[in-house]
Amino acid sequence: MAEQERKQSRSDSTKEDVVETDIETSAEGEEIAEKIDDILDEIDTVLEENAEEFVKNYVQKGGE
Amino acid sequence: MGLPKVIGTEVEYGIAVRNAPDFNPVMGSSTLINSYAGERARIQWSFDEESPGRDARGFGYEDALPSELDSGLVNVVLTNGARLYVDHAHPEYSTPECSDTREAALHDKAGEVVMARAVARTRELMPADERMFIHKNNSDGKGNSYGAHENYLIARDIPFGSVVRHMTGFFVTRQIFTGSGKLGSENGRGDVDFQITQRADFFEEEVGLETTLKRPIINTRDEPHADSAKYRRLHVIIGDATRAEHQTYLKLGSAALILDALEDGALVEPLLLANPVPSVTAVSHDPTLQTTLELEDGRSITALEAQWQYLEWAKKYVDGGAEEPTYVEVVELWESILTDLEIDPRRTADRLDWAAKLVLFEGYINRDGLPWDDPKLRMLDLQYHDVDPEKGLYSRLVTAGRMARLFSDDEIEGAVNAPPPGTRAYFRGRCVEKYRDALVAANWDSLVFDVGGDALKRVPMMEPLRGSKELVGDLIDQAESAGELLQLLGGE
Repeated sequence: MAEQERKQSRSDSTKEDVVETDIETSAEGEEIAEKIDDILDEIDTVLEENAEEFVKNYVQKGGE
Repeated sequence: MGLPKVIGTEVEYGIAVRNAPDFNPVMGSSTLINSYAGERARIQWSFDEESPGRDARGFGYEDALPSELDSGLVNVVLTNGARLYVDHAHPEYSTPECSDTREAALHDKAGEVVMARAVARTRELMPADERMFIHKNNSDGKGNSYGAHENYLIARDIPFGSVVRHMTGFFVTRQIFTGSGKLGSENGRGDVDFQITQRADFFEEEVGLETTLKRPIINTRDEPHADSAKYRRLHVIIGDATRAEHQTYLKLGSAALILDALEDGALVEPLLLANPVPSVTAVSHDPTLQTTLELEDGRSITALEAQWQYLEWAKKYVDGGAEEPTYVEVVELWESILTDLEIDPRRTADRLDWAAKLVLFEGYINRDGLPWDDPKLRMLDLQYHDVDPEKGLYSRLVTAGRMARLFSDDEIEGAVNAPPPGTRAYFRGRCVEKYRDALVAANWDSLVFDVGGDALKRVPMMEPLRGSKELVGDLIDQAESAGELLQLLGGE
């Protein structure tokens, strides 16, 4: 999605580099995205180890 | 006023065990449920009245039997009137029948707590390195899906064709607020980095009886668990298991409201999609909400525009005097969610699971430069749904104050233990709690007691709104034994 390109290009720039204009994301939406950084560090501490293996082994039977 | 909307959900949870390559999910689910039910009542579920092969269109498999019938799998009734059991290869929680939409959302949440406690207890029984995980999700990301079904009691005299015409467009477009988000796509659907729902990739028909393959937008299972001359149970299979409280409330509340409006003739004209099945993925695959869907009349409409239309009808209906007390709140919530989705879906990240995930993923991509298919993001995508309050990322977001709450911890705890007051679930739950030794079997529409005579006594409950606290609360308070209760009920 276009949003992805924007985010990825931003991640290449420095933190001081504040995005000035953005027609896709509202100011508030942008603020929410900024604030998420606070919680990423916390999530890093609880994220299951060996993510790749865990995800690979996660196979469910169909249900319903 | 349409029929009071008796509502319940059934959620199949994902189950996995780390470091156990030969793990059997059926055995694991049984262990899980026994861990919770252990010292509690092990009231056996009875299948007398179940007929999942009956079709609302008037035909069906005569010989279709409940899938659990032969397996003798673990299947218990809890003091809150819920059913906790093994279905196929998943642990499943069916909420008690609720008489309002907020209460139904609360009991759906209580199911998560039951699962979390059950899995915590399995850890005391299993080797430390074999950790069990329970996820409230709907897909393993590899083409296997399991359900989160909603049930709404509706009047038998509404022609089923009318339900199909009016509800198809609603269910397809409501995905913008019912999805719990997923990385990638499955089941041969087009490539996408991230999509709104877990389930969209698995829908292949417009109308049908199946739930495990060729899944339909409108499911025709005609098994009301109530007086079938008066009622249908609309069995909705096109929805995600949701963790965000407001989202579950809106999912259940908006559908109940639209069904009520339909029963009262307040939905003027159906919004007919030209291509319902492809529209399911078209909506889910576009988190920007810009995709337009073709209508039968030649117009094109976005899912958001369609939902604004349904909301307008709903508002008119509620303003016209719909009595259900939660509807005013549902309409307000609906409007605020649509307003925020329209400005930027990220504004709903505190109330919708898919938006919460989107913001998390974008945060990681932004900070660490990860691609969308990075295993770490896949892990986040899965762990969001983990019911463990320490490990589950949804729970972490709640703890961090990032998710809006609708229910207090006390309210949820209440629903874990006690039945909702307004339906027959009250009678069922209180009987499990008070007369468990005499209760031989239970199901949705009856209880069977052994009070010492020659024959077992069966109490039928074909009216979902009878057996409420108002009607039987005093009797249960008075009756010291099941025998006394049956006498007081006067052989009802």
